[in-house]
Amino acid sequence: MRTIVTRFAFLALALMLVISACSPAAPAATEPPAVSTAPAEPYVFGLLMVGPYNDHGYSQAHYEAGKYVEEKIGAKMVYIDKVNTADRPGTTPDQLAGDLVAQGAKLVIFSSDDMKDAATAFAKANPNIYVIMGSGDQVWKEAPNYEAIPNLSDIMGRMEYGKMIAGCAAALTTQTGQIGYLGPLINDETRRLAASAYLGAKHCWVAEGKNPADLKFKVTWVGFWFNIPGFTADPTQIVDDFFNSGYDVVMSGIDTTEAMVEAGKFAAEGKSVWAVPYDYEGACEVSPKICLGVPYFNWKPMYLEAITAASQGTFTSSFQWRGPDWSDLNNPDTTSVGFLKGEGLSAENSTKIDAFIADLAGGLNLWTGPIKLQDGSVYLADGVVATDPQVWFLPQLLEGMEGQSAAE
Amino acid sequence: MKHTTLNRIGFQLFALLLAFGIASLVLLAVGASPVQIYKDMFGSLGTKGKIADVLVSWAPLLLATAGLLITFAAGLWNIGVEGQITFGAIGTTLVLRLLQNSAMNAGLIIALSIFAGMLAGALWAALAGALKTFGGVNEIFGGLGLNFVATALTIYLVFGPWKRPGTGSMSGTQPFPEQFNLPLFEGLRLSPWALVVAVVGIVFVYFLLQGTYFGLRLKAVGKNFRAAYLLGIPTWQYMMFSFLLCGALSGAAGALQVTAVYHRLIPSISSGYGYLGLMVAMLVNYQAIAAIPVAFFFAALNIGSIQLPIVHKLDSSFSGVLQGLLVLFILLAEGARQRLTPKA
Repeated sequence: MRTIVTRFAFLALALMLVISACSPAAPAATEPPAVSTAPAEPYVFGLLMVGPYNDHGYSQAHYEAGKYVEEKIGAKMVYIDKVNTADRPGTTPDQLAGDLVAQGAKLVIFSSDDMKDAATAFAKANPNIYVIMGSGDQVWKEAPNYEAIPNLSDIMGRMEYGKMIAGCAAALTTQTGQIGYLGPLINDETRRLAASAYLGAKHCWVAEGKNPADLKFKVTWVGFWFNIPGFTADPTQIVDDFFNSGYDVVMSGIDTTEAMVEAGKFAAEGKSVWAVPYDYEGACEVSPKICLGVPYFNWKPMYLEAITAASQGTFTSSFQWRGPDWSDLNNPDTTSVGFLKGEGLSAENSTKIDAFIADLAGGLNLWTGPIKLQDGSVYLADGVVATDPQVWFLPQLLEGMEGQSAAE
Repeated sequence: MKHTTLNRIGFQLFALLLAFGIASLVLLAVGASPVQIYKDMFGSLGTKGKIADVLVSWAPLLLATAGLLITFAAGLWNIGVEGQITFGAIGTTLVLRLLQNSAMNAGLIIALSIFAGMLAGALWAALAGALKTFGGVNEIFGGLGLNFVATALTIYLVFGPWKRPGTGSMSGTQPFPEQFNLPLFEGLRLSPWALVVAVVGIVFVYFLLQGTYFGLRLKAVGKNFRAAYLLGIPTWQYMMFSFLLCGALSGAAGALQVTAVYHRLIPSISSGYGYLGLMVAMLVNYQAIAAIPVAFFFAALNIGSIQLPIVHKLDSSFSGVLQGLLVLFILLAEGARQRLTPKA
């Protein structure tokens, strides 16, 4: 009998908890969806990010650009991050884009290469919504899969320059002559960026009077843009393996900061190692001392332009692949890719980097022959300058680089 | 009789309140208003497109649940259902790849591929069943191990032999040409065929368990293995058969994921519907028809929870918290009811 009484007492207590929990709480500190107190309705745009919005990498660079557009033209951003089937099982990017449209978005940015098919499908199914495909090439007339999609634009920065500068910094700094490159997955984009890093490294290595054959440059691929335990290779493990086998500089090609974190740990144990992060201008903050500098995307000006045009009804479909503002690499209003030096770069090497940047600004093009592919075949004959499609659709890594050129 | 039913409903309502109450406390702890959150989650489902999206998840979830009801009836914890969905998807992808360049009618190819998915799912389940029956490996451990193997195999295929030209990526294999996708309702992501397959699956299981001698004997095996054996029921054959049926239904879920949703093989093709299906099956307590609304509710929670990150900057895994709490409290309430209610 007594146990029944205590049980009922417990149940009554639980009921009270429920009632108190269900009563209206203090107003939540969240903003109401797509409603503004401002007199004019702000233009709403949506952003889909493949990783967390605060990843100190690729996704955060997009997020900050969105914030910038909000500020500049009083628009409002709605976003959803971790848009990938491992983090959001059962969803597709076009479905999530629909959710952003339901929140009032008139334009949706699909920011990762991974979402290309979905962006195309979404743009076709929603002709009244503008679509920006970050890093895409669907509407590029030079692309083999070109399609005319009037409400879609491709936007990309010429990160090749950023990677060349970063590669140069790595080559100037390495003491063992071994540079590791942490690659994401294998595709056109990642091949050309790893290759650009190598071209920059080789250029500055040779400029020091060293033999290019003595420079080791190895690419190890993770399998995705960031670590997904159980699905991808572990970037932390790969970086550790690099540092434990004689590589003293690791360049990151992935969205997240494992290379920085691990380099910081090894340095704290007294090892002479450095890292070059990627994507996001604040990425050096993770381990400032060993950071040689970060090549980063600055999506701000291109997003501002496209979203402003969309809000004014003057959006036109185009393929944009824009380079740095050579007069000021780090001007947020004008440059599309930047390079921010890190504390790990010595004063002497910093001067050399400045000279290299000046050369690039002056017209030095490292994508000039002779360039051979990894299998030894000639890609660019002596003196031949690569066309844009030749750079964009690089079929293999280059001769002198170690690592897989295509998925096995 | 009537009294017991009322009593049961009372306890379950109480469990429902308790689950939502605790979930609300979790929300309050992170500074969100539970009322607002529930309103946004369920309010977002008011459009035709959203209901369709819920049904897109409902179909494979219901199929996995249907399969699990059979193994549950046989007293088996078929945790391997996740791998059976995955292997079904692999089977479907294989057949689509083999036949996509043939002169065969595309509709026939899709039908064959779905059938292949069911076969593959059954095969994978048979492995777990054989391990249990002949190897003495508990189906929970065998199934869990086979889940990992199925995922690893998918990753190998996506990055290896079935990779996109020049690319190896988590984003999956090259999407199949449009004629190999199950046709969709105009303007929606939902295929009527997916609904048909799911409904046929659950109705089949309903009649199997409620209306056949086989179902009765299967339940006997589940309730008391030894007694069933002594009564002359071929127990291990029944267990194996329940694995096969569950595998076939889960395989159909995987086949739908390929032919109706993703149109390609992706590493996380099962989308967790197997584990979610286990929860639905536990909640409905062998009642196949009850699985229809409960699976719909769970799918709705999944789809509605997308509002959390968008509107409230909260993680959408809250839907998982709520689903887990629901299962926990409904089971608890059932236990409490049995202990608190005086035996008639």
